[in-house]
Order: sequence, then C-alpha cells, then structure tokens
Amino acid sequence: MQQGPDKRFLLLTASLLAALLLGIIVATGMGYMAIGAGDILKIIASRLGGGEALLTDLEPTIPYVVLEVRLPRILTAALVGAGLAMSGVVYQGILLNPLADPYTLGISSGAAFGASLALFANMTLFGHFSTPLFAFVGAILTLLVVMRLSTFNGQISAQTLILSGVIVGAILSAGISFLKYLADEQVAIIIFWLMGSFAASTWQGTGLVAAALLVGLLVSLFFSRDLNIMSLGRRSSDALGVETARVRVLLLLTASLVTAVCVAVTGIIGFIGLIVPHLMRYLVGPDNRRLLPVSTLAGALLLLLADTLTRAVLPVEVPIGVLTALIGGPFFCLIFRQKQKARSYE
Amino acid sequence: MSEQELFAIDQLSFAYGLRPVLDNISLTITPGRFYGIVGPNGCGKTTFLDLLSGGRRPAGGTIRFLGRPLPAYPKRQLARQLALVPQEFDTGFGFTVEEIVLMGRHPHIDRFASPGPEDWRQVDLALERIGIGDLRHRLTGTLSGGQKQRAVVARALAQNTPVLLLDEATASLDIQYTLQIFNLARLLVEDEGRTVVAVVHDLNLAAAYCDQLFFLRDGEIHRSGAVAATMTAETIAEVFGVTCQVGWNDFSQARQLSYRYRSHGGITAAPSPAGLGGSDGA
Repeated sequence: MQQGPDKRFLLLTASLLAALLLGIIVATGMGYMAIGAGDILKIIASRLGGGEALLTDLEPTIPYVVLEVRLPRILTAALVGAGLAMSGVVYQGILLNPLADPYTLGISSGAAFGASLALFANMTLFGHFSTPLFAFVGAILTLLVVMRLSTFNGQISAQTLILSGVIVGAILSAGISFLKYLADEQVAIIIFWLMGSFAASTWQGTGLVAAALLVGLLVSLFFSRDLNIMSLGRRSSDALGVETARVRVLLLLTASLVTAVCVAVTGIIGFIGLIVPHLMRYLVGPDNRRLLPVSTLAGALLLLLADTLTRAVLPVEVPIGVLTALIGGPFFCLIFRQKQKARSYE
Repeated sequence: MSEQELFAIDQLSFAYGLRPVLDNISLTITPGRFYGIVGPNGCGKTTFLDLLSGGRRPAGGTIRFLGRPLPAYPKRQLARQLALVPQEFDTGFGFTVEEIVLMGRHPHIDRFASPGPEDWRQVDLALERIGIGDLRHRLTGTLSGGQKQRAVVARALAQNTPVLLLDEATASLDIQYTLQIFNLARLLVEDEGRTVVAVVHDLNLAAAYCDQLFFLRDGEIHRSGAVAATMTAETIAEVFGVTCQVGWNDFSQARQLSYRYRSHGGITAAPSPAGLGGSDGA
C-alpha cells in the first residue's frame, strides 16, 4: 500500500535536491556581474582542493565575488529557508495548529526585540556578533517565558502555548515600537534589520545556521514518528507510548533554537515556515518522516529564489522579509480558501 | 501482593488545582473481567481512567500495576499493556484510517523500523473486527463522528494489549455499532482472558455486559461489587437521584432498568454536588 506515496516521496526529494543545487549554481552566476556556470564550478572546485591552477584563465575579481560575496549570501538564504521551514513543520506538529509558526509563539518578536535593543544602544561589546547574539538571547528568553506562562500542573498545553505566545509577542512588539520611537539616528538601522536581509551575510553566519539546522534536523527526524502520534492529542499519544510532555519540550526547544539562529543572522523573514509545510503536506501527506526532509529542501529552494529575485532580478533590492510576506501572504490566503472548501465534514 | 492483582489502588486522590476530583479510592482490579465505572456527570470517571492509564499522576495514594508503582513504567512499556479509547479524539491532520490504526502498533515497532508482518496482521484483524475495512484508505477528516470513533476503537485493538480502557467508547455510535463493540469487548474478556475497564453511561449496557461495577459519586466509590449485588433501584436512587425498577429481563438475559418517564414524579432533581465534584472533560 505504501508503494505510491513512497515513490512520490523519493521522486520529490530527488527533484528538490537537484533543483536546489542547480538553483545555487545559477543564482551565483546572476547579478551585476554575470558569471558562467562553468567558471563557478571551477572556482568551487579550486576552493574544495582543486588548487589555484583552475583559476588561471579567470579575471582575479571573479573568484572574490563568487566566494566572498555571492556564495555566503546564497547559501545563508538557502539554509535559513530550510531552517524556517523545518521549524514550521515541528511547530505545527506540536501545537496541533496549522497556523503555528515562530510568530505565533512570540519567538520572532523576542529575537527582534533583542536585536532592536542592541541596535538602539549601539552595542558593540561583542563586535560584529552583538546584534545576532542579542537576537538569540531574546528569542530563547521569550520561549522560556512563554513556556512558563503556559505550564499548569507541570504540563504544557498546546492551546495555552499559542495564547501565551501571542500575548508575549504583542508586549514585545510594543517594546520594539517604543525603541524605534526613542531611537533618533538608529531608527533606520532597526527598521532595516527588522525587514530581514541577506546583504551582510558572512561565512561565519552561514556556518552557524548550517550547524543549527543539522542539529535541528537530526533531533526532529529522531522524534518524527512520535510527532505523528502527538497529532492525536495528548491523552492518545501518552496511551500509545509516547513520552508526550518530554518530547514536546525537547522539540519546542530544538525548533526555537533553529529559528533563533535564523532570525539572529538575517532578521525577520515571515511566511516560509507557514507556507512550505502546507504546500508539502499536499504533496507527501501529513507523515512527518516525509514532511520534514521535503519541507527542509523546499524551504531552502523557495528562499533562495526569493533572495535571487530581490538581489539580481528586481531593479531595486526589496527587503527579503517584505518580499516573502508580499508574495507569501496572498498565496497563503489562496491555499487557506481551497483547503476550507475541500473539507466535507467538520 | 497477589499475582492475581492487575491494579492495586490504595487511597487514591486527585485534584485539579485546589478542586478535589477523586478522594480516598481503594480498589483492586483482577485480570479476565469486565469492569464498569458508572456515576453521574462530573463525578471523576474520566479522571479515574486517566490515572489508570498513567496519563495523570495521583495527588495522593498509590496505583500499582502488576505489583509495580504505575509511574515507574516507561510510557512505551505501559502502552504494550494498556490501550485507551479516549472520549474525545483528534485524528490529526490528513491521516488515513489505515495510518491511524497502524499508530496502535507504535509501542511494538522499534524507532527506525518499518511495520512488520505481525503489525500488518494486527491492523487487518482490527479493521475486520470493527468492520471498517472499506474505510481503510479514507482520510479521517472525511469520516463521520461515529466512523472516527470506530477507527479509534480499531486502533486500540491493533495495540493488542491485555488491558483495554474504554472511556465511553460508544458515545457517538448508533445501537448497532454500540452492541457490536460491547459484544467484541465481552468476547475479548471471555475468550482471550483480557481485562476491560469501561466508563459506561448507559446503565442497561453496564448491567448487561459488566461483571463488576464501581459506582462513583462526588469523587468517591459509593458502591462496588458484582452486578447482581450493586445494580439495584436503591443504588441508582442514591447515586443518580432517579427512581427506577431493576429486574431480570428474560429477553435481554440480563438485569435491566426501567424508568418512569415524563413528570409523574419519577424523575427528581439531581443532588447538588456538595464540596466534591467536577466536570467530566476537565
């Protein structure tokens, strides 16, 4: 019986992976200075141990543009897309709510508040890493507060988690507005950061996101079958042998860690974590063992496309967070309408 | 501690916050019998079943299962012994009936293993016993309430445990499927020596299918024992505040209750919950 879905899953995974690799090569070639795919492959090969000999017939600026400017940005975009989509799958699975994402839990707002604070105070204590560090601490503190608020009798309930997230998120948003009001000169920097950007991507950032994504994927794949069963509600999943309370906290921490790192490195990029799991659920069904890897790949591809669009195609560089919201929002409305129409009962 | 004791419950109590729900409950459950838990709404029946299944921890007292304290069992090990059919059930988003029933095999399948032949055999058997083989590939979101409930019962059957805990497992079923599920549960007790502990609202069903009854009122065991001894007009009046006649019914081959309907003074107001009490779903 599983033949059909399995075949489809493998085919989809393979094509997404191929599209992603192709997308990375093509996107690297696009921009102010067009670079051929062959040259890009040569540059990558030389960096991976092929030696300088491969680069002799290239202009000396080209390897610099590829390795130091474009690739970090492109890889960061892909990794952040993957991380946001992966966290989206986990949040939706735990909170039993298809609308759950880092926003709903207040995580994004926490990170944004932390970053705004660092930018407002013109914090340079930790040099280049001040803003990401503050964003990260903000996200984790927010998560802890939200989890504490929604714990009753030693148990976290899915509904109260979302409520607490929305409340804390609203308070933090007000805090951000207040900081913006207070900041005279830095207000532009804060606003720009809040809209999300890959323009300042570095290899350190890329490595950080890659590490967080790897940990996140391993943990969530390990518990993916438990996550399936947790969608039946706590009473059922407990009775089916899942340590629901423990797995819930562990997955919540994992997904939030990935989100926090993504937001810290790039600012706020919405809708990826919401749309991608929805789209992929259409294609491979609700089983998280398939949904997680497929969504991760699709998220990477989608954000890579969006970032390339704003970087190399559009005449002006629109902030990536604005672009994903502008494209993703209406698209989400469409999916939402169709989904409601397709339901016969309930 | 006798080998014959499945559950040994001693001075069990539970409270939601400061509101006590169960108080000083002591009882034993032995294998191979059909137990019924009856009582008015909000008397703590569901909470009691949650405590038995390990889904909640007692505030006071102990529950021992097969001689060991219940909290000492890992959930997975417990899930191979106890299956629960909950009153309300989410069926996730977008799973098929087959996938939902297969989830009953979760405690039997290793983390990264695929379901084996025995798992599929149990799924097939459960679907066949409940008679929902034709719904196998349907998405649970497209099922009616009764169909969903039967899928959840099938899942508990696929779990293939010696003990079955039913929380009003037939609440949204018509009489045909209600009888089917009670007959099946009775069969599991008689032919396979399994134990069923069921919260039952319909007193006639409880009288017809159970061996032993626990009458719960205001969080306490008001009366317990064999059906013939406990299912009396007197008990019903004390527990539910309803007047009825109880007698052997030849056609049903069971003790059955008849009520006086309409307002001939037969139905009295329910006793106000003094002190103890709560709501079922809480």
